[in-house]
Amino acid sequence: MSDASIPAIVMEGVIRRFGAFTALDGVDLTVAQGERIVVCGPSGSGKSTLVRCINGLERHDEGTIAVNGVQLDGLPRTMQRIRRDVGMVFQQFNLFPHMTVLENLCLAPVKVAGVPSAEAESRARTLLARVRIPEQADKYPSSLSGGQQQRVAIARALCMEPRIMLFDEPTSALDPEMIGEVLDVIVELAGDGMTMICVTHEMGLARAMADRVVFLDAGRIVEQAPPERFFSAPESERTRQFLARILRH
Amino acid sequence: MTGWLRVRLFPGPVNGVVSVLLLAAIVWAMAPVVDWAFISADWFGTTRADCSGAGACWVFVTARIGQFLYGFYPETERWRVDVAALCLALGLAPLFMARAMRGPGLVFGLAFGALVLCGMLLIGGAFGLPYVPTRRWGGLMLTLVVAVVGIAASFPLGILLALGRRSRLPVLRGLCVAFIELWRGVPLITVLFMASVMLPLFLPGGAEMDKLLRALIGVSLFAAAYMAEVVRGGLQAIPVGQYEAASALGLGYWRSHALVILPQALRHVVPGIVNTIIGLFKDTTLVLVIGLFDLLGMVQAALTDPNWLGYSLEGYVFAGVMFWAFCFSMSRLSLRFERRPGVGQEDTA
Repeated sequence: MSDASIPAIVMEGVIRRFGAFTALDGVDLTVAQGERIVVCGPSGSGKSTLVRCINGLERHDEGTIAVNGVQLDGLPRTMQRIRRDVGMVFQQFNLFPHMTVLENLCLAPVKVAGVPSAEAESRARTLLARVRIPEQADKYPSSLSGGQQQRVAIARALCMEPRIMLFDEPTSALDPEMIGEVLDVIVELAGDGMTMICVTHEMGLARAMADRVVFLDAGRIVEQAPPERFFSAPESERTRQFLARILRH
Repeated sequence: MTGWLRVRLFPGPVNGVVSVLLLAAIVWAMAPVVDWAFISADWFGTTRADCSGAGACWVFVTARIGQFLYGFYPETERWRVDVAALCLALGLAPLFMARAMRGPGLVFGLAFGALVLCGMLLIGGAFGLPYVPTRRWGGLMLTLVVAVVGIAASFPLGILLALGRRSRLPVLRGLCVAFIELWRGVPLITVLFMASVMLPLFLPGGAEMDKLLRALIGVSLFAAAYMAEVVRGGLQAIPVGQYEAASALGLGYWRSHALVILPQALRHVVPGIVNTIIGLFKDTTLVLVIGLFDLLGMVQAALTDPNWLGYSLEGYVFAGVMFWAFCFSMSRLSLRFERRPGVGQEDTA
C-alpha cells in the first residue's frame, strides 16, 4: 500500500453529471506520491467536484478513481478506508461549533483511528503550534477569526496523519488580510512531502508550492504544466484568456 | 433595586402614573384570590366540619393527600414510591449538570439504570418486596410513571424516526413517514381506546396484557411521532458542510450523527422538545378514559364522595397547581441545555 511506485491518485475517464449539467466530462489525472498540484479554472468548471470525487463526497457517474491503489466503489467500508488517508479542507472551514478547537482536532483520531486520547491531544497541540495558534486550543470556533478557523480546519485534517491533503478553495471565504496567514501554512506544509491537491484562485500559491498546475474548463482538463511554463507559455487559447483575466491586476 | 425601580417603573411622570395604576389594579384583582386561598382558608382537619367556609377548604386535599399522591397503592408499601422518586431524581440529576454531557454514555446509562430500578421498586414481586399490581397505582405517582416512561421511550424513538425520515433508503423512509403521519393524525384518546379495547381483540385468546402497559405503549408511540418531527426540524437546520466535514474525517453514519450532527440539532430544538414533553405530561390525564386514575382522575373521583360534595374548586386548583409546578420546573430545567456554549453564542469559557 505504501509502495511509492503506486500513484497517489489515478482518475480515468471520470464523468459526473448533475441532472442535465455535466460537471466533470471525462477527466484523466494521475498524481504521483508526494506531488503537489494546484487546480484552477473559471467558476463552474468542475474544480470542486474534481477534488470532492477523490474522497467520495461526490460520487462519479462513470470512469474509475483509485486512491493509493484502492478503487472507489462507493461501499461505506471502502470510503472509510480511503478517508482515513485523505484529509480535506473546505472553503467554509466546517469546524464543529459545539466543540472546542482541541475537541475538533481530537475527535477523528480518537473515534476513528483509535488513538489514545492523551496521544491525540499532544498531537493536536503540536499541530496547533505548527499552524501558529497554540493559544486557541480551548476556545470555541465561533470566537476565532476566519483565518484562525481555517488554520484549525487544516490542523484538524492533519491530525488524522493523512497521506493526501485536499484543499477546496481554502482562502475564498476569507477577508483579504487573512488570506496570507492561511497561504503561509499551506506553503509550509507543501515542504513536507505530502501529496496535495489544492483548488485555488491564488496564483501566487501555485507559483510557491505547485509541481504542476491543472487548468480545468467545462469539466475537462484543458492544460497541465509546471507553474513556470503554465504562467509564461500557456499552450491553449482558453488558458491564455483565463490567465489574462485573473492576472490583470 | 431602587435603581431598577426608577428606571423600569418610574422613568417619567406619565410612566410613573401608569405604573402605580397597574400595580393598584393587580393588587385589587389579586386580593380576593389571596384571601380565599391563604388568609381565610382552612388547612387541616378530617371532615368538612373542620372548614369554616370563609375561604378555601384545603382540608379536602390534605385529608386525601395520600390517595392523590399514591392512588390505591397499599399504605404499608408507599415508602417504595418515595424511594423510587428519590432514586429517579438522583439518576436524572447528572443529565442537568453543566459538564456532564462530556460523557453522555455514562450519564444516559445511569438514567436508564435509575428507571429500571424504579420499575422494580414499584412493581415488586422480587427482593422480598410484595407484588403491587398496576391497577392499584394511581394519583400523581401514575401521572409521573406515564410521563417518565413516555418521555424516556419517545425521545430515542423520535430521534430514530427523524433519522429514518431523512434516510436515503426509500423503504425505510416510507415506513417512518407512514408511522409519523399515522400516529400524528389520530387523537390520543382514540389511541388509548384502541390500546384498551381493540388490542385485546387482536391478541390470541387468553393472552392478557397489562392495561397500564398498553397505555404506556400508546402514549410513547404517540409522543414519538411528535418528537420525530421536532428533531427533524433540528436536523434540517444543520448545514450540509457539517455532514461533509464529519464524513471527510472518516466518521461513518452513526458516529457522524451521534458526535457531530445530533448534539447540534437537538440543542437547536430544545424549546420544541420541551413543548412536546410538557404536552405529553398534560396528556397523561387522558388515561382516565381507559379507567386509569392519574392525579386529576383521583381528584375527580374524590369529588364524587358524598361527604365532600361541593369542593370541586379546591380539587381542581390543587390538580392545576401540581401540573403547573411540574411543567414549569421542566421548562426551567431545559434552559440548562440551551445555555451551554458552542452553538449560536459566544464562548463563555
